[in-house]
Amino acid sequence: MIKLEGLTKVFKGHNIPAVKDLNLEVNEGDVCVLVGPSGCGKTTTMKMINRLYEPTGGKIYIRGEDALQMDPIKLRLDIGYVIQEIGLFPHMTIYENIATVPNEKQWPKDQVKEKVDNVMSLVGLDPEIFKNRYPSALSGGQRQRVGVARAMVSDPPIMLMDEPFGAVDPITRARLQNEFLRIQERVDKTIVFVTHDIDEAIKMSDTIAVMREGELVQHATPSDLLSAPADEFVSNLVGRNRSIKRLHLIRVSEILEEVDRAPALKEDTKEEEVKKRLDESDIRTVIVVDRDNKLKGVIGVNDLKRKTGEVAGDYFQEVSDTVTDDATLNDALSVMLEIGEGYVAVVNEDEKYQGTITLGDLLNVVREDS
Amino acid sequence: MLRTLWVWIGIPLIMIGIAAAIVIYSVNNPPDSIVARMLTYERVFRVIREHMGLLLVSMTGATIVGVAGGIMLSRPSLYRIGRVMETIVNIGQTVPSLAVLALFYTILGLGFRVAVFALFLYSILPILRNTFAGIDGVEHSIIEAARGMGMRPLRILTRIELPIAFPIIVAGLRTAIVINVGAATLATFIGGGGLGDLIVTGLSVHRDMIIVNGAVIAAITAILLDYLIGKAEERVVRWS
Repeated sequence: MIKLEGLTKVFKGHNIPAVKDLNLEVNEGDVCVLVGPSGCGKTTTMKMINRLYEPTGGKIYIRGEDALQMDPIKLRLDIGYVIQEIGLFPHMTIYENIATVPNEKQWPKDQVKEKVDNVMSLVGLDPEIFKNRYPSALSGGQRQRVGVARAMVSDPPIMLMDEPFGAVDPITRARLQNEFLRIQERVDKTIVFVTHDIDEAIKMSDTIAVMREGELVQHATPSDLLSAPADEFVSNLVGRNRSIKRLHLIRVSEILEEVDRAPALKEDTKEEEVKKRLDESDIRTVIVVDRDNKLKGVIGVNDLKRKTGEVAGDYFQEVSDTVTDDATLNDALSVMLEIGEGYVAVVNEDEKYQGTITLGDLLNVVREDS
Repeated sequence: MLRTLWVWIGIPLIMIGIAAAIVIYSVNNPPDSIVARMLTYERVFRVIREHMGLLLVSMTGATIVGVAGGIMLSRPSLYRIGRVMETIVNIGQTVPSLAVLALFYTILGLGFRVAVFALFLYSILPILRNTFAGIDGVEHSIIEAARGMGMRPLRILTRIELPIAFPIIVAGLRTAIVINVGAATLATFIGGGGLGDLIVTGLSVHRDMIIVNGAVIAAITAILLDYLIGKAEERVVRWS
């Protein structure tokens, strides 16, 4: 889909090339993450793909076509572009912001409206609420969503993303990343993604291209990168605790199937049954759900002693945090550490209870892998 | 609705009313024959007309040249010159308006046209500077996002840069108008006419009433125009 051949960029007044003889191929539907320390040429490389920077030498092929021969304006209109600072237009409403590319392409009005509404729902912004607001009225996470929506609205086959989740807090970042992966599963774009955060790279990518001083050091799948770093630079970059990094690679839903834990209790379960289940439980805790399988809370051993009642519904206390089934094991681990428990309940998008995973499960995964 | 009516008609009418009341009172109750001769409705209307003429012609020219110049200097190819211009303009502003008028009198002579030309040059400065600064101040990331999405440079200028710079350009316009109304009272020294006629006449015959008339009309003109432009801007710019 995207092929870079001997790509070189020397900025005016510099002797050392910012990017040197770079060869890289990104397959259709893949997320390729360019990663490396600042100044390694990853952003420069990305900006050459939509020709914000003109290469000094080398070739860029997009779907086999020579991108350097194309009209740069036409080229850019078909490549989604998201940057860290987002660059929302402060004088335009969210609707007008997202409609930028369709308006540049002069689509008919009603088609623009339909597309904008669709893409806003896709990134989780209710069009009716946000359409007519100005960017200044949005939170950082919401602005990032608008930035992604704006890049995706005309359905470009390729997207370039320069640290798109860099400017938000870690919790929002993790949520945006998960959402983005869920969207990507559906839309299947070819994406070049720039970050300096190796954890983000491992989590988001199909392939990782590690760069240093303008050169490509290694281009491999995240799993290969972790198990067989090409040289010392790469192994330093991925760091020593590679087992923990593996947790980024595995989704909660993947291990839920293997974890064989007793199902949750309904609210009307009798007290004796609750007691029995508590004794059997490896985490000394049982999960309580309502009739629609929605998570209500948990019952620990102490809850039974502290409170009085007849059925499970009388004893449970609410859980402070959960993870969704599309989160990574690393997200699950963070939540466990945060709530200070050895387990975390997993829910799906509709908040239906999916299962529980424990620290022990994570340990098993790490052990199997290494 | 009632509020809009008050903002656009009520307050301006009150301001005009104050000026009119002072003029009517003065013309009808002259303390002596000198004031009666020097301060007539005919004369007041003539100097107001002249003053508005000076203002309108010089401001129209200055706005066109100032905004166009500011845009040109903000283009990448002229940007360096723009930065130098900014400094020159700032120095230019420190030259007193009377000195500017005197300078053009020595070069071009007397008359309405010379006064207009001097006012025009003097008013360009804040407009040019603010247009340049407004466009220059647009965040780099906004321009980069626009370019990256495939907007052409001209579209970026008209759809992104100018609208974002608009409030700053308008601020320059307001500064220019206030300065212009004040400086135009000096046009009388080089035969340009205007409200300065009343002030200078009043000074020479030692009649404060005539001075007050000229000064009040000039002041209210400046306040009213500044107010109206400010309100118009509020209506157009809803995003900040």
